[in-house]
Amino acid sequence: MTSPLRIWSLPWALRYLKHEVLALPGRTAALLFVLFLLLFPLFSQDPYLLRVLTLTALFALYAASWDLLSGYTGQVSLGHAFFFGLAGYASAILGRELGLPPALTIPSGALLATLAGVLVGLPSLRLRGPYLSLVTLAFPIIATGLIFLFPRFTGGELGLSGLPRLGQSRLEEYYLVVGIFLLSVLFLWKLAGSRVGLFFHAIREDEVAVRMVGVNTVRYKLLAFAVSAFFAGLSGGLHAHYLRVAGPDSLSLFNSIQPVIWSVFGGIATIYGPVAGTFLLFPFLEALRVAEELRMLAFALLILLVMRFLPQGVVRGVLERLEEECPRCKVKNAFTRKACRACGVPLHLEAREVKP
Amino acid sequence: MLSAILVNGLVLSGIYGMLALGFALTYGVARILNLAHTAFYMAAAYGLFFFLGRMGFAPAALLASLLVLLIALAAYKLLLEPLREHEATVLIVTIALALLLQEAVLLLFGAHFRSVPALLPGFVEVFGVRVAQQALLALLFAGVVLLLAWALLKGTRLGLGIRAAAQDQEAAELVGISLSRAGNWAVGLGAFLAALAGLAVAPMATLEPHMWNAPLLVVLAAVVLGGLGSLPGALLGAVVLAFAEVTVVNLVPGGAFLRTAVALLILVLVLVFRPEGLFGTAFAEER
Repeated sequence: MTSPLRIWSLPWALRYLKHEVLALPGRTAALLFVLFLLLFPLFSQDPYLLRVLTLTALFALYAASWDLLSGYTGQVSLGHAFFFGLAGYASAILGRELGLPPALTIPSGALLATLAGVLVGLPSLRLRGPYLSLVTLAFPIIATGLIFLFPRFTGGELGLSGLPRLGQSRLEEYYLVVGIFLLSVLFLWKLAGSRVGLFFHAIREDEVAVRMVGVNTVRYKLLAFAVSAFFAGLSGGLHAHYLRVAGPDSLSLFNSIQPVIWSVFGGIATIYGPVAGTFLLFPFLEALRVAEELRMLAFALLILLVMRFLPQGVVRGVLERLEEECPRCKVKNAFTRKACRACGVPLHLEAREVKP
Repeated sequence: MLSAILVNGLVLSGIYGMLALGFALTYGVARILNLAHTAFYMAAAYGLFFFLGRMGFAPAALLASLLVLLIALAAYKLLLEPLREHEATVLIVTIALALLLQEAVLLLFGAHFRSVPALLPGFVEVFGVRVAQQALLALLFAGVVLLLAWALLKGTRLGLGIRAAAQDQEAAELVGISLSRAGNWAVGLGAFLAALAGLAVAPMATLEPHMWNAPLLVVLAAVVLGGLGSLPGALLGAVVLAFAEVTVVNLVPGGAFLRTAVALLILVLVLVFRPEGLFGTAFAEER
């Protein structure tokens, strides 16, 4: 459809912007979202707002990593907090024992999470559906039990506090986290759109059929576990250093369920859906702190109502109304257009009465 | 020590058995992985606490279980049945439902620990272990409830339809079983069993709005251990995990931290060797 983006040619880039980005509501929203994240500190440097946005970006990466494994590949993980929490603890303990800076310990934590992802993924070769979900659910809970059992090494109930900060100032931390978030999500999105992503889709739909055409599904499932665990671990490590504590909360059942809620709310198997879901729900939950007692009640009610009427998730539900596919060339068009922007076919064929 | 494990394990088996059977029914027939199942149990316990202040034990228990049944059926009809095609959505709707019940209880009763007076106060000695009479009563109650449920499932045409739908949905539909009706009955029966478990536990445990978390994991593990869709498997899983939990708490130092972890470890080990659980059948859709 479109040739690769030639950003070195300004007129070409402008034309691309006009015809391929601004022509579609979904892409315009994505562009505005990235600009908003990058330019936000120019308008406000309120520490509270920066903190909420930083945490939201961290959790959005966490949700997107869940989506790659569970939305695309269909291996529904109910224990994603295992990777998130494990990387946080690993980073904290490495920093404490070896005195390494966060720039080294966070990636090592994420790599350890990747290893854990492959280990957790091994049962997936034999288990399917709810059986696998339940096995993944077990891991963070077993880990929590071990953490409480060895409080000298792990800090027990209080966790390990006083971790080194990510950056010198709030602003530096914000840009670091937002930068990592944007790059990681771009990577996940490109991966999901690639040939590998196609295999992930296919494994979810019918694994036997994929194996029949000669694809090594074991390798792809383990790859999905590894990549997903890496990014969950990355966000977990950043989260621990941002809050400066790695505690058992990061392994709790609630923390495993959270990415599921955000992703399904936004729309699974899209990567941008979980990001949108997190950026809608997490700040909403923060804003509800004005009414602390009704906070979770309103949150649960909102989820029930929205899911009842947009069961495929908010992003898909809204985009379906704002964009439509050309019946002939399958290019997406804004809902305002009368004819397809690529091939000129009329989009809304009005039902005319056929004269006999 | 051994007799303590035996007696307490049996009492806990009864409670988990009721919960697991209800969960297995809901999943087997309506294909809903109901994460709000133990929230129903919590709601019934609080319902009993609320109604006991106004009337005797029997009417209060009846009202509490009917209230839970009503909530469950309304949620099924209004929220879950229309969304059945979207599996992930059903999952988070049940989570939201559990949160909703938890927060409603928190608003109405506060976060304080509450307790329901025991129906039979006092202790008796069984095999040299001091056991609360209330616990024995709960065991008896669980036994009767499970026998009745078993009689309903094994002895009636309705039960036959429910078991058939749990085993193989397509084949059941082919021989003329209405899946939607079997689903209604299974969801109602499942919620009712959860409510009865809540009533049995209320006089022995402290009530607090988060009391649904720990049993949820055990019930999930028990049902999967036995094999999804297998009702005897769910009961057996509940018994195994109840005894494992009691053994760990009694024998291992610091075992209280590990009680859920050990239950789940058993689950992982069993599934590695038998991926479909102890009594699992491969579902027609997944064959």
